[in-house]
Amino acid sequence: MNSFTLDGTAIPFAPGQTVLQAALEAGRYIPHLCYHPEFKPHGSCKLCTVQANGRPAAACTLPAQAGLVIVSDSEEINGLRRTLVQMLFAEGNHFCPSCEKSGNCLLQALGYDLGVVTAGFRHFFPDRPVDASHPDIWLDFNRCILCELCVRASCEVDGKCVFALSGRGIDKHLVVNSLSGRLADSAIGLDDKAVSVCPVGAILKKRVGFAVPIGQRRFDIAPISAQALADAPRPAAIGDGA
Amino acid sequence: MTDTAHDPAKIAAKAAPTSGLRRVAIEPLSRVEGHGKVTLLLDENNHVKQARLHIVEFRGFEKFVQGRPYWEIPVMVQRLCGICPVSHHLAACKAMDQVVGVDRLTPSAEKLRRLMHYGQILQSHALHFFYLASPDLLFGFDSDLARRNIVGVAAEYPEIARQGVLLRKYGQEVIRLTAGKRVHGTGAIPGGVNKNLDRAERDYLLADIGQVIARCQDAVAMARRLFEQSPELYNEFGRFRANSLSLIRADGAMDLYHGGLRARDRDGNTLFDHEDYSHYWDHIYEDVKSWSYMKFPFLRQLGPDQGWYRVGPLTRVTQCDFIPTPLADAERREFLAYDAGRAAGATLGTHWARMIELLHSAEAIEGLLHDDDLMGDDLVVKGERRARGVGVLEAPRGTLIHHYRVDENDLVIRANLIVSTTHNNQAMNEAIAAVARKYLDGRELTEGLLNHIEVAIRAFDPCLSCATHALGKMPLKIELLDAEGTEIGRLTRDSGSCC
Repeated sequence: MNSFTLDGTAIPFAPGQTVLQAALEAGRYIPHLCYHPEFKPHGSCKLCTVQANGRPAAACTLPAQAGLVIVSDSEEINGLRRTLVQMLFAEGNHFCPSCEKSGNCLLQALGYDLGVVTAGFRHFFPDRPVDASHPDIWLDFNRCILCELCVRASCEVDGKCVFALSGRGIDKHLVVNSLSGRLADSAIGLDDKAVSVCPVGAILKKRVGFAVPIGQRRFDIAPISAQALADAPRPAAIGDGA
Repeated sequence: MTDTAHDPAKIAAKAAPTSGLRRVAIEPLSRVEGHGKVTLLLDENNHVKQARLHIVEFRGFEKFVQGRPYWEIPVMVQRLCGICPVSHHLAACKAMDQVVGVDRLTPSAEKLRRLMHYGQILQSHALHFFYLASPDLLFGFDSDLARRNIVGVAAEYPEIARQGVLLRKYGQEVIRLTAGKRVHGTGAIPGGVNKNLDRAERDYLLADIGQVIARCQDAVAMARRLFEQSPELYNEFGRFRANSLSLIRADGAMDLYHGGLRARDRDGNTLFDHEDYSHYWDHIYEDVKSWSYMKFPFLRQLGPDQGWYRVGPLTRVTQCDFIPTPLADAERREFLAYDAGRAAGATLGTHWARMIELLHSAEAIEGLLHDDDLMGDDLVVKGERRARGVGVLEAPRGTLIHHYRVDENDLVIRANLIVSTTHNNQAMNEAIAAVARKYLDGRELTEGLLNHIEVAIRAFDPCLSCATHALGKMPLKIELLDAEGTEIGRLTRDSGSCC
């Protein structure tokens, strides 16, 4: 079987797999955020950046190739990842202490995993709205990290294309596909994949709040590195969703 | 929270001439939660012309909870404070119970919340008495500054310091097991709680409760001894007469979690009793003064000048008909009878009353731990959504009011918080004025004398961080005065309707 090396360890891979898919299948964690095993790789958050033969590349979009030398768990690369996470925190309004996603949030869990202990940057404190117009779902733009998981899920799984990104650069933002621009007037439904896939607290079911006690939340039980490996598709499923 | 500003040289440096008067500032106040200062105006003979407590920090929670979903609020508002977050957590949740149409929780949910609340009272009272107040009480109000702190207490009275640490630790453990964390947990949710206690957790708490109750009894005895040792000082220090307000159970018992409002005037006559707190504004209004970020609530029946009142342990212990746990009730009766009732009217009697509540909380925790409802699974009730919710409870420092309006999209559109320290605002000013008149008037000021002012304030265990919230919409009056104090201009902004 073909293989590449990840931090000095040989990682076997099947044709068509990315470096990230092969690593997870082999039980090796590479930090990532916008990647989701059920969707096509997106490569936008850059958290899974590795050095491939000495050049930076996103592991979630990089096709696995025999002989590749991948460096992931180095102080230099983890430092860059910490900076990326700090930038995401600085760019939005992420107030973990009062966020109901706390303990279930991928961004927060990555912060802990990477040892992000300070803000690192001056917070932007952007003035972003909340869309609570839908009777059962609410949208908090303050927490959106533009990963497009909801965009992909709504189009690819739900077949509704409720969400899209609009604007350029620092003005890029999530928009809702309805005449009014409000969630209440969109086609979204409570059981849509787009509602449950949000890795942060941007899209949430209403009136759930803090129903899960501290100690029983997702990342109270195991760190993100362990859970990512547990969530990785088993060998038989590889390729089905890619 | 440091004593550095009490350096006499620093005090002198703050003195500045003002229209023939000299201004002395005690800043910052130490061993209280939050940031405040006291200003004294003295004439050339050191006679005190004015003494005021100023709250110089600003929090703004009433404004920035607006636009947030109602279920987020009980977790968000507890960040007001690191000492009594559970009080804000539960008061907000009681308000949100009403918003989700729930008037009665399941027995398990109510008892778990009560357990959390008694844990909060226990740890907060222990923190205040042993960590913040005991240096004054053990060493003397004007004792050596270098040792008048918790480190000094630990060095000279290690067993007392240990007693405080262990009591606080137990209260924090009760909170951890009911809220998920010792500070800023998430246990209460609108309509109930998110977890129960399992048998192992209950047994863990039960193992130490007997020892905790014994330590609380020692603490009450220690507070009593202070009065026995210096009856004149403790009875008269900062003494003033006040109207009073507290929650009361339907049968007249002390109830720190729920009840109706009871108010008495300064002569002990009942102004109202068992009033439904969900319309508190029928009885309480809030005044604003130009020199403090803290509002001045008053009883509408008596008006803004005469209607100020006192809340907190002293009021609760003296105003209830009985305490529903036997050891604390026996101590209450001793307290009321002591020295023909003089201690029960003394500002420093608050310390004694606080320790009686400490004991009551420990007893209440023991009673709850023997109740299997704590391990029940029926934890949440749902009801018909309402637009408004008011939650009131007795926090460690006194009556705490949380009031919210929620729109049809589930977002908070208005909030009003009246916290214990705000209720006590004028009462604290009365206490420091009494102390200034008695101890400072006509004398050359020293650090020890100025500490007397802080001792009076500390008796209330004020939380200045909790007490300043309104932003943008609070009624505001700006007066422009000339050098003689005559008004030459005025700007007024009204707050609009209360509810």
